[in-house]
Amino acid sequence: MKLSSATVRLIIPAASLALLLVAVFYMQPRAMSYTGLNLLFNLAVPIALATIAQMLIMAVNDLDLSMGTFVSFCACVAATFLQTSPAIGILIFLGAIAVYAAIGVVIHVRELPSIVVTLGMSFVWGGLAVLLLPSPGGVAPGWVRWLMTAKPPVVPVAIVASILIAAITHFVVMRSSFGVAIRGVGGNHRSVERAGWSVIRLRAATYALAGVFAVLSGVALVGLTTSADANIALRYTLLSIAGVILGGGEFVGGKVSPIGAVIGALTLTLAGSFLSFMRISPDWQIGAQGAILVVVLALRLALNRLETREKTR
Amino acid sequence: MITAHQRQEVVAARGIRVTFGAVKALDGADLVIRSGECLGLVGHNGAGKSTIVNVINGGLTPHEGTVTYGGKDATHGIATARANGVRCVFQELSLCPNLTVSENTRIMHAGLKGWAWRTRALKLVEAQLADVFPGHGIDCDSTVDDLSIAERQMVEIAISFAGANERPKLVILDEPTSSLDAGLAAQLMTYIRRFVADGGSVLLISHILGEILSTSDRVVVMKDGRVVADRAASEFSTRTLVEAMGNVVREQELHHGQDKRLGTPILSMPPRRGRGLAFEAYRGEIIGFAGLGGHGQTQALLDIYLSRNSNWWPGRKEELAFVAGDRSLNGTFPLWSILKNLSIASLGGLSSRSLVDRSREAGLGETWKKRIEIRTPDMDNRILSLSGGNQQKVLFARALATAARTVLMDDPMRGVDVGTKQEVYDILRSEAAAGRTFVWYSTEMDEIRLCDRVYVFREGAIVAELVGDQITEQNVLASSFTAGEAA
Repeated sequence: MKLSSATVRLIIPAASLALLLVAVFYMQPRAMSYTGLNLLFNLAVPIALATIAQMLIMAVNDLDLSMGTFVSFCACVAATFLQTSPAIGILIFLGAIAVYAAIGVVIHVRELPSIVVTLGMSFVWGGLAVLLLPSPGGVAPGWVRWLMTAKPPVVPVAIVASILIAAITHFVVMRSSFGVAIRGVGGNHRSVERAGWSVIRLRAATYALAGVFAVLSGVALVGLTTSADANIALRYTLLSIAGVILGGGEFVGGKVSPIGAVIGALTLTLAGSFLSFMRISPDWQIGAQGAILVVVLALRLALNRLETREKTR
Repeated sequence: MITAHQRQEVVAARGIRVTFGAVKALDGADLVIRSGECLGLVGHNGAGKSTIVNVINGGLTPHEGTVTYGGKDATHGIATARANGVRCVFQELSLCPNLTVSENTRIMHAGLKGWAWRTRALKLVEAQLADVFPGHGIDCDSTVDDLSIAERQMVEIAISFAGANERPKLVILDEPTSSLDAGLAAQLMTYIRRFVADGGSVLLISHILGEILSTSDRVVVMKDGRVVADRAASEFSTRTLVEAMGNVVREQELHHGQDKRLGTPILSMPPRRGRGLAFEAYRGEIIGFAGLGGHGQTQALLDIYLSRNSNWWPGRKEELAFVAGDRSLNGTFPLWSILKNLSIASLGGLSSRSLVDRSREAGLGETWKKRIEIRTPDMDNRILSLSGGNQQKVLFARALATAARTVLMDDPMRGVDVGTKQEVYDILRSEAAAGRTFVWYSTEMDEIRLCDRVYVFREGAIVAELVGDQITEQNVLASSFTAGEAA
């Protein structure tokens, strides 16, 4: 059977996740349990959601450098307004999503580089977060806490959530007409435009949807940490980009894979635990994490090359 | 055969004026397309063909003049044009490369809404492909990226002719056969005749005049943004068409290449895939790569190039220059000016102490602008402001401006008008006489006939070598279709 290029692109991230998992289990057999798995992947849920948000932006050939500060801001809103007066909290989130859609429109209409606009926005979100929570604090709403610490039978909640996120976004991005149009904008926006679609609306919708996932990421993060801090998710900007790339996505051309993105987020989380199990000092961990990234990406390049060779055969 | 529906207007554009800055792209052009006819549109590069197509399909609002669909005045725009059944196949392939064939069908057809659209889209495009190109062998679940350039063009044509709810009324084909070989082009022309007989209409733009004359009912000739002739196709011949386009027809003096194999070959390559003939090139030769499209000619050129230039480290002395065929993929730098696109390959020679000498660069630009007549007011304009043929000229000049002794050409003349071609052919001959070697993959017989020596490709290997007088259409065709040693 001939494998489609999309499937081939998923092989490497899936294989590297499996390999890391086996290595972790080998070094720490106790991780091979319900609690162990939950602890390993707990933090992956917000990262996966942020990665999906980033993936949507990357599907239309843009890049969101404000992801980290925006998730931090959402976490702060979740730990303050959403807890004390849920209606206002939800209004703030809706407003933030509308701002995301507006950013998409501005980037499209003015033909601005998304990197510049979102870099600017990252200071706005960061400032708002500091205004909300000048010092770490706040309390996670009870229902969020309950959701993130739920104990479903057999499979831990982190795994269930990851599978749900992957399944839902796969349907939206890969199977629905809307998703096809989004990826079409990334692939060749002129032909989408010529076919009678409104690219500006598509871009706005994509950004809004990314905003939705980023909001969910912030809420999920607070559910895990119980309180928030204005700098809680700064790493997420680069983690989300790395997750998309690790999962087989590309910076331009609308080539993205939601399942791959979730796997990428899981791999990144696991790489951190793996290095701790290896007793690598935290000073070296970031470097080692980078090394893992390089190895996986090199593997993918090699596979791509193999694929093109096969094609021209 | 004049029936009632033949007189019905599908699209009428009258008195259209469009200017881009100082350039008058259209200067009062009229174009009326009626149902049940195939209208051929010919003209020089930059005559305004693509511009009037863009006006008709709603992508461009004219500064003056009216466009009506089905005889009724309507607001202008892409949506109006599509609602009136106007579809367009563009010269640059315009599919989304990251989507599958059926997903591209969904993008193009708003009618494929709702559940199970995938199944319906797949069925639609498969049926249409089988209808236009019987025996095509394209897997409609594969990503467009994985298809060859000819297959992409076939898919795009099929998608445009397909009708989800209602069939299109007018299909505009802008150089539809530029990447198709003769067999596929013939299938397409047959299909156009059938489509027209069923009451549809087609606007066919092609630089292959034989196609235009054999397929169209009526031919419109454009020149400098105006329509200069509009008559039944039967009243034209290739010769009168070319005259109407305003080309100075230089009697194609039957040029016969000569055997120039002297001394040692400057380039050589063993037989490909262990069969067929070896490749050799001598100084001052024009060597043609012929055969049906997509039989390994491009790959052979790339292999020759990579055998001399490392994949990893740029060479210090460029022996080879490459003229790409797919200019949007690996030819132009779309954000750069014409001048920068031209000088990029020769920056080494233009710089002193690793800084580019601006005045020498500008001088180079002026020289080549005059030499190959790049039609632009200013070389600092963006490359995309040029028409397709003029862009190709710039890429050609980029290679010729280098110090390279050998130039590899990957079917660079696709979609270039006859006049430009003649100019380029002259430059080729004089450069070859001065000792340059050209290796030229071409899908056009006229170009192959200009060569001194021709290698015919079949299934990735060289199956025949033709020299001088042996280079005839018959011999090339015979070798491309039969695997044996021809000629």
